[in-house]
Amino acid sequence: MLLEVQNLRAFYGQTQALHGIDFGLDVGGVTTLLGANGAGKTTTLRALCGMLRTSGDIRFEGRPLNGRATEDIVRLGIAHVPEGRGTFTHLTVEENLRLGAITRRDHAAIAADMERVYAIFPRLHERNDQQAGTLSGGEQQMLAIGRALMLRPKLLLLDEPSFGLAPLLVQELFEILRRINRDTGVAMLIVEQNVTLALDLAQHAYLLETGRIVIDAPSQKIREDETVRRSYLGY
Amino acid sequence: MELFLHQVLAGLATGGIYACLALAVVMIYQAIDNFNFAQGEMAMFSTFIAWQLLQWGMPFWAAALAAGVVAFAGGVAIERIVFKPIRTASPLSHVVAFIALFAILNSTAGFIWDFNVKTFPSPFGSRPLLGSGLISTHDAGMIVVTVALLAFLYGFFRYTRIGLAMRAAAAHPASAQLVGIRVGWMMALGWGMAAAIGAVAGMMIAPVVFLEPNMMLGILLYGFAGAVVGGLSSPGGAVAGGFAVGVIENLAGTFVPFVGRELKLTIALVLIVGVLMIRPSGLFGRTVVSRV
Repeated sequence: MLLEVQNLRAFYGQTQALHGIDFGLDVGGVTTLLGANGAGKTTTLRALCGMLRTSGDIRFEGRPLNGRATEDIVRLGIAHVPEGRGTFTHLTVEENLRLGAITRRDHAAIAADMERVYAIFPRLHERNDQQAGTLSGGEQQMLAIGRALMLRPKLLLLDEPSFGLAPLLVQELFEILRRINRDTGVAMLIVEQNVTLALDLAQHAYLLETGRIVIDAPSQKIREDETVRRSYLGY
Repeated sequence: MELFLHQVLAGLATGGIYACLALAVVMIYQAIDNFNFAQGEMAMFSTFIAWQLLQWGMPFWAAALAAGVVAFAGGVAIERIVFKPIRTASPLSHVVAFIALFAILNSTAGFIWDFNVKTFPSPFGSRPLLGSGLISTHDAGMIVVTVALLAFLYGFFRYTRIGLAMRAAAAHPASAQLVGIRVGWMMALGWGMAAAIGAVAGMMIAPVVFLEPNMMLGILLYGFAGAVVGGLSSPGGAVAGGFAVGVIENLAGTFVPFVGRELKLTIALVLIVGVLMIRPSGLFGRTVVSRV
């Protein structure tokens, strides 16, 4: 197991947003978190990264993450592509990518990874000295994923990668994510509104409802279970 | 013409000092969205430390370097002790802390070194440069030192890994944490650097305005003017603004009959108010639109 979560609770001030959830992620696997707005999907990602007050047990490669600062969790190899993409808008595309590798010292490997990201997203290469804030939404999403890859993460947390993108671009983006997972073996935890695509990409899915996990099953099973689809996923 | 040129050069010399202070103010402003009112007092205090070391017989450059190092450490300590605990507090709490810092540094300096005016030596002497009469060696030295300092800082922020991390941390702290940057330490580092820059400015201007606890009051006002003229969101703009304020101040003091020496400081305030009325984000600043 790459990540093991037991009885995780998370709080925004006095309000409890997660009510003790358990789940696990496999090394190199793709998992998706489904659920309606406010179910606690983004909260779960934020809780993993130490961005909220939490209780319970989170273990990454056997090491406890509770109480660690966000930047230390990142340094263990967890890259988070947040809601809104977290672009450094007034820096250039290239500087954004360099920031992704800011905790690394292996200059030659960083340069190679930069080329690799440019190979995956040629558009970023064309615009490498442009201010990142001037990129389109889709390009910024590519930049956010590219930046996350620059960390050489073991786990990639993706919060609504399809948000605000044109349908065709979303298809393309998921195809790219599939390729990244296959080529680099990075595990992924994806929060996504586009349930069909998410279930296609992921091997396993968890369904959250008001801060609790109500379904824990392989994607295949959820796709085939009409009751679940109708009552929870709305299609 | 010669008088004009003379005043422009002298203005550039003091403008360099304003540019340094403006840059220090902007660095802290970008990190915590607030003016550091105590920036001048921090510079004054560092200059006193250099003066004390000189009194104890240390050579000038060694004393200056030591004062810079102490200033850097002091800046880091101030961030860690005073401003880290109130990072999420309201802007007003920050303002109160700045005023407290101002008063503490000012009266501590007065307590230790008293309020009598002291002379501070110039490492460059004050003869006319190359006998031309256009500019003194100290003014020329000031220009060289500030330009070298600014070039160093430009290179640091533009080309080094830690400079990039500091820019990222100041602009988008949450995103910076998500790429593994220790944002808290970057802020402390920014404070340390701002304090050291202030120390350089203080030691360069002290031979001109003489050393005493209130020496930086007017200078900081010009520094603020430079920062506002250039734009608080633009370090390069703040530097240009500082130089511009220095030149404008000197020319107005010489050529506008009623300004003279007495009304010179008013120019800084007129500039601040004027720029804020016409272009609130400064000449080089970015307009920041925030969603509420």
